[in-house]
Amino acid sequence: MAAVSFQHVSKIYQGHRDEVRALDDVSFDIEQGEFFGLLGPNGAGKTTLISILAGLTRASSGRVTVHGHDVVSDYAQARRALGVVPQELVFDPFFSVRETLLIQSGYFGLRDNDAWVDELLQNLGLADKANANMRQLSGGMKRRVLVAQALVHRPPVIVLDEPTAGVDVELRQTLWQFIARLNREGHTVLLTTHYLEEAEALCSRIAMLKLGRVVALDRTANLLAGTASTMLSFKTDQALPPALAVRSRVTGRIVQLKSNDAAEVEALLASLRDAGVKVEDLEIGRADLEDVFIEIMQSGAERAALPTP
Amino acid sequence: MNGTRTLLYKEVLRFWKVSFQTVAAPVLTAVLYLLIFGHVLEDHVKVFDRIGYTSFLIPGLVMMSVLQNAFANSSSSLIQSKITGNLVFLLVTPLSHWAWFVAYVGASIVRGLVVGLGVLLVTLWFAPLGAAEPVWIVVFAVAGAAMMGALGLIAGLWAEKFDQIAAFQNFIVMPMTFLSGVFYSVKSLPAFWQGVSHLNPFFYIIDGFRRGFFGVSDVSPWIGLAVVGASLALVCGLCLHLLRIGYKIRY
Repeated sequence: MAAVSFQHVSKIYQGHRDEVRALDDVSFDIEQGEFFGLLGPNGAGKTTLISILAGLTRASSGRVTVHGHDVVSDYAQARRALGVVPQELVFDPFFSVRETLLIQSGYFGLRDNDAWVDELLQNLGLADKANANMRQLSGGMKRRVLVAQALVHRPPVIVLDEPTAGVDVELRQTLWQFIARLNREGHTVLLTTHYLEEAEALCSRIAMLKLGRVVALDRTANLLAGTASTMLSFKTDQALPPALAVRSRVTGRIVQLKSNDAAEVEALLASLRDAGVKVEDLEIGRADLEDVFIEIMQSGAERAALPTP
Repeated sequence: MNGTRTLLYKEVLRFWKVSFQTVAAPVLTAVLYLLIFGHVLEDHVKVFDRIGYTSFLIPGLVMMSVLQNAFANSSSSLIQSKITGNLVFLLVTPLSHWAWFVAYVGASIVRGLVVGLGVLLVTLWFAPLGAAEPVWIVVFAVAGAAMMGALGLIAGLWAEKFDQIAAFQNFIVMPMTFLSGVFYSVKSLPAFWQGVSHLNPFFYIIDGFRRGFFGVSDVSPWIGLAVVGASLALVCGLCLHLLRIGYKIRY
């Protein structure tokens, strides 16, 4: 039985004049014990999909199950199996950290949950903040409480909606160590993130969403293997010749050019030399998930729409 | 059942932690009403025979406090959770719409009764008050608080901003409680306004509640009970329906 199953999920938001199709016939399964990544640009429908899974939003059509329990008709069982870390940094200002966690436990019918709450506090580096009011915590600390809150009922499926957005390095390390441990212990993890290196490092399988559709769904290794093998990257202050500019990815001074083999690398370097472009810090490396991501997101009609200098 | 109890506990704890504002303040307000109106009108207004105006006023003020605070509790709790976004912690739980209803309305009843009792204890200093038919005191206090708790829950679901809650409170709840006979017997009104008052369910709540103290009322408490019971059933039915469909909380 799949940990999570999305079956032909569509979501249409009725606007004032037009309707917005946030999700368009999304179908895929996440197996038990997987560390699954859900990627896509802003507005691709990631949060809508997770909201439907968590029962915060209703699908216009289609069906979602968690461990076989329909999230609408059998919502109580589905939600017991699910721990959701929301994207927004929300908290209840009336309570302390410990109160927050014990109250959340109570909602799931758990009393005397102190031992597990203590373990969560310990593992997330919150032990010395247990009796602090939520208002007194820094943003990073509040984020940790959100994670703890999602785990009070030991859900077999953990959903993290961009948990490391705007979070410092230390918390990111603590968080991933803890989540990776839970995954090793058998918890299924569904992660959405903007940090592609995180997804590459953690997720065994990835789905990419674009405009509400699944545009890629494969093992991370396969996605990486399926793309151009080599990335040429260097720094320069000069303008590139037009023929190269259209196919390059520029981030400040850093230029990245995709190539398929060594001969193509030579040709690229030759045309840079001919154009008189001074190249610094030249590197030739393997393509990473970011390259795959950009390639997939720009594929099809949109490639033609890219601006040319 | 455990989950419901936790939510009820959390809702009670929420107002108790700020009880200076949620309990002490409304008690003070009611006492000020009593001091001012009681002092000015004691010798001028005769309501029922043998009952002084200040004595007459006390049950009205107690009930007005019960109603307004029961409404304020559920409505402000829900709108705050909606606007700050922490309602998500509740939305992801397996709690049913019945659990939400019992907890929010239950906490509203507790807050209403605590404030009402506070007003009663303080105002007893100022005038004598008996309890002729105490059953009516309890019945109408609980029914009134429950109705306003459910109404507050509906308002909290419907509102998207704090000022919409304030409008609901200032333009519907306040006029209906003020014009329900808190400060006067509706018998003293012209015939037309007497008729209008009889359409206001709050009138029956306050009249029935007062009956419990004095043993006399403008209408029979049984008629009052029927009207209040029907209104309560209507409001609770609507409230449960909105919770079940996730009105403005699950999109």
